[in-house]
Amino acid sequence: MHNKSLTELAADLRAGTYTSVELTQHFLDRIEQYDESLNSFITVTPALALAAAAKADVQIADGTAGPLTGIPMAHKDIFCTDGIKTSCASKMLDNFIAPYDATVVEKLKQAGMPILGKTNMDEFAMGSSNENSFYGPVKNPWDTTRVPGGSSGGSAAAVAARLAPIATGTDTGGSIRQPASLTGITGIKPTYGRVSRFGMIAYASSLDQGGVFARDAADCALILSAMSGFDEKDSTSSEVASEDYVAALDKPLQGLRIGIPAQYFDEGLEADVAASIKSALEQYKALGAELVDIKLPNTKLAIPSYYVIAPAECSANLSRLDGVRYGHRCDDPVDLEDMYKRSRAEGFGSEVKRRIMVGTYALSAGYYDAYYLKAQKLRRMIKDDFVAAFADVDVIMGPVSPTTAFKIGEKSDDPVSMYLQDIYTLAVNLAGLPAMSIPVEAAAGLPVGLQIIGNYFDEARLLNVAHQFQQATDFHKQTPQGFGA
Amino acid sequence: MSLTASDVKKISHLARLAISEADIQKYTSDLSNILDTFAVMNEANVDGVVPMANPQDSTQRLREDVVTEVNARDKFQAIAPNTESGLYLVPKVLE
Repeated sequence: MHNKSLTELAADLRAGTYTSVELTQHFLDRIEQYDESLNSFITVTPALALAAAAKADVQIADGTAGPLTGIPMAHKDIFCTDGIKTSCASKMLDNFIAPYDATVVEKLKQAGMPILGKTNMDEFAMGSSNENSFYGPVKNPWDTTRVPGGSSGGSAAAVAARLAPIATGTDTGGSIRQPASLTGITGIKPTYGRVSRFGMIAYASSLDQGGVFARDAADCALILSAMSGFDEKDSTSSEVASEDYVAALDKPLQGLRIGIPAQYFDEGLEADVAASIKSALEQYKALGAELVDIKLPNTKLAIPSYYVIAPAECSANLSRLDGVRYGHRCDDPVDLEDMYKRSRAEGFGSEVKRRIMVGTYALSAGYYDAYYLKAQKLRRMIKDDFVAAFADVDVIMGPVSPTTAFKIGEKSDDPVSMYLQDIYTLAVNLAGLPAMSIPVEAAAGLPVGLQIIGNYFDEARLLNVAHQFQQATDFHKQTPQGFGA
Repeated sequence: MSLTASDVKKISHLARLAISEADIQKYTSDLSNILDTFAVMNEANVDGVVPMANPQDSTQRLREDVVTEVNARDKFQAIAPNTESGLYLVPKVLE
């Protein structure tokens, strides 16, 4: 059952081949059997999942079920789940039982999807390797000595090992696309504002965007249709109407214009990753697309721009974690300031502290213009590059990550080398564009992801472009060894 | 851009983070390395570029000034470190 698409699972549930309770139990059993080696879940919720599955079975029986009713899923532990621990992989929130559901959680509950549990991640979504978790690193199912990428590494590893059919993620600087790439699955980060941020614990509010991991683009389309849309509870939620993303999947790619930015293929890109990407581009030519050379001249400026803006926003967002209303409070504070300082020092891990301090510095008197304001100007230049490119092309393609999955511990002592991993993903968040990662030919046995970047609110076309590739190839059907047949 | 130990102490105070003396050196070097990667920003010509705070340049949406939330104080305070009679308790602020 665990290798089937959502459409196949839905058809089997309706035909009575198995019930939602049986399907949900099957995935719970797989988590029990295999997750010890991956550490992809922080919390597993069997009783709640089975109760929701039983309810789904009633809906399926009485004909009130929707296309996703009864199919279990997992949430990144950044989405608030009413009554369930929501830790953001931080000691700070280890005792935090969310008092309400995020809009994304509410929407997928309404769609009838039982929640298997909450997945591991980099603390407060800060990281590119999933090594920055209070609950320990997540392992890559393709090679458990390697990282799954981050920050949504638990969701990616769980879907890659088929411990869940789909899982939610968030992408602030690449946190859906990079782990999808490193674990060989499909992930989509929609346009900024497409998916509600309400109840999604904020890291950098002008960049954060929720999305989803699945086996393939068709499954992503089904879930995105259910989770996206305007939400009055999120002040930056877009009022542009959501689409039926499934409807456009089958459009042929004849005449599609694909922009290829030279800046995404220069030094730093590993040769075998480049070869896999180029071979995927050849496949697109065979499907009738045309490759067009484009320029994104300010690509390199995305790193400083992002690593000023995101920490600046995080230093403000995380100031709410002060030991007063929820979260960790230190023992025996002597006064209020001591309580703030020690609660935060004990509750946050080292990467979170680094980013809070970088952001605090960038916003402090005398440095604001040189850092924050400058970074916001670069941000517009980066956006303008994309706007100019999209005047001539339909989508842009390139690698997601300059390398395949690296070894656990290889970069964890050097924050700057970790930041450079994000060179191809950051600009998309700064511009607020939608983008995907889809698996292409592996390099030395490790997955490689092709990045497809779309114009604003062009998710339907992105998913169509990904789906047509997956109709012609089977990279998305390959699974890691050691997780059952 | 190199930071000194005293810069890091000042930043950690502004950020309300207690950093032990033993860790100051490590943070000083990490933060200096991170700031060094920002130097490339100085080469960019940003004359006349308007800063961008939001990808769609959207502005704050307004709504009617009416109560929309129900009172959930007890539920919210159930997860607080220390409360009494509906109030959040913290160490004494005024002597």
